[in-house]
Amino acid sequence: MIKKASRMGPYTKKVVECFNNPKNYGRIKNPDGVGKVGNPVCGDVMWLYIKVGKNKKGQEIIKDIKFETFGCVAAIATSTILTQLAKGKTLTEARNIDKQKIIKSLGGLPPIKIHCSVLAASALNKAIDDYESRKRKK
Amino acid sequence: METKIYLDYAATTPVDPRVLRAMSPYFNQEFGNTMSLYSQGQSAKLALEKSRETIADFIGAESEEIIFTGSATESNNLVLKGIASANKNRGRHIIISSIEHPCIMESAKWLESQGFKITRLKVDKYGQILPVDVRKAIRKDTILVSVIHASNEIGTIQPIKEIGKICREKGVYFHTDAAQSFGKIPINVNSMNIDLLSASSHKLYGPKGAALLFIRQGVKIEPLLHGGGQESGLRSSTVNVPAIVGFAKAVEIANKEMGKESQRLIKLRDKLISGVLKKIPNSYLNGHPTKRLPNNANFRFDFVEGESMVIQLDMLGIAVSTGSACSSIKLEPSHVLIATGLKHEQAHGSLRVTLGRWTTEKEINYFLKVLPPIIKKLRDISPFKKHD
Repeated sequence: MIKKASRMGPYTKKVVECFNNPKNYGRIKNPDGVGKVGNPVCGDVMWLYIKVGKNKKGQEIIKDIKFETFGCVAAIATSTILTQLAKGKTLTEARNIDKQKIIKSLGGLPPIKIHCSVLAASALNKAIDDYESRKRKK
Repeated sequence: METKIYLDYAATTPVDPRVLRAMSPYFNQEFGNTMSLYSQGQSAKLALEKSRETIADFIGAESEEIIFTGSATESNNLVLKGIASANKNRGRHIIISSIEHPCIMESAKWLESQGFKITRLKVDKYGQILPVDVRKAIRKDTILVSVIHASNEIGTIQPIKEIGKICREKGVYFHTDAAQSFGKIPINVNSMNIDLLSASSHKLYGPKGAALLFIRQGVKIEPLLHGGGQESGLRSSTVNVPAIVGFAKAVEIANKEMGKESQRLIKLRDKLISGVLKKIPNSYLNGHPTKRLPNNANFRFDFVEGESMVIQLDMLGIAVSTGSACSSIKLEPSHVLIATGLKHEQAHGSLRVTLGRWTTEKEINYFLKVLPPIIKKLRDISPFKKHD
């Protein structure tokens, strides 16, 4: 018997799960920060919205986070996993979520799709930048 | 997920059981080498020549004008490189269209690096070449015009007969890549003024590994493969008899069934097209509304990306394809869609659905039922959706 492919396309189970059941997508009304990355020409666009709150220690944390993504399976899956990784984290911790962390949480990404994880990490950094620059202006 | 509904017949087709039966004896009973003198070799040779005759008849050619190769890619490489090499003293200019299959595009690019000049003809928004553009592009040093008969992506059928007529008038060889049209719409190499034609077995329910090149008598061409001199010295290699016998059987079936089958497919295709365009807002048809292959539908959906659609459909057991960059090795969208004037972001949202011998109305109905919620789901995630 020929074995059926256990993966969906070139993707791991976790990637497909995050793609098929995306979490935290949509917009946040009156976000504290927005990060827009990507380029429709290349086929991946990610818009990230964050709401910042404080934890018991008084540190600023990502209280809520949502994404809107145009792109392939990998782009949507990395968006989901990024929001899950970032939710509740302090801003410093959130900034430390890099492509390695994202790829590891997804159980791997095909080499040609690594740029999606870079895109996701930079969207979050941009959203935090946006929040901090808004705060300075206040 | 097991594929339950196969709607990617342009990629490849399953081997028809009748073809499989015809091939079977040639693996271990009539397994001889066509070059051997003893009877086993000669009966393989006989099967080869019978196959050649069947296929030649199908397109109005002489048997001696058909050579077998291993793939349409090989046939197309042989045409471009073989014609270039044999006719470079007459000229070094070749004309192709901008929507050829990669095997023509890349061969032309390679010839460019070898000092040949290539003109790539533009197409209109339906993917059609204007014959007048061919006339304008032909120069004194033009040795070959190569235009795909029907697009593998958007299904648009080119005015081959008219283009061929111009080439004939100008004394330039005319080649058409008929990999997608062969066995689906009528082809006659004489009435259509064709000098060279490529076609492949696996696109018409034959096995992979057999293809053909029609070379009109008198056309000067050099081989790619040198060796034992099989196929009139134009394609040395031990002949793949089982695959060629299967190819011929597939052609025999197509010859009998093509008329009725294409009517059936056109009906299903048009139902699919009107269903999708009606049910899904911001959806469009790529390619020509009527001058298209009976089995090809190619859509474009705003705000979503093709690979995501393909994988969502795969989860439901439906196999289709996309011209989106995200699905390709190069991360570039389909050059065919771009040539028709689409922007990159539009090309990303394309979906090719191709029907075939075993496609049923029930399958089309199911597809039409499951596609709208998939598009809606992906649009809900997309930043480009229309916000209310």
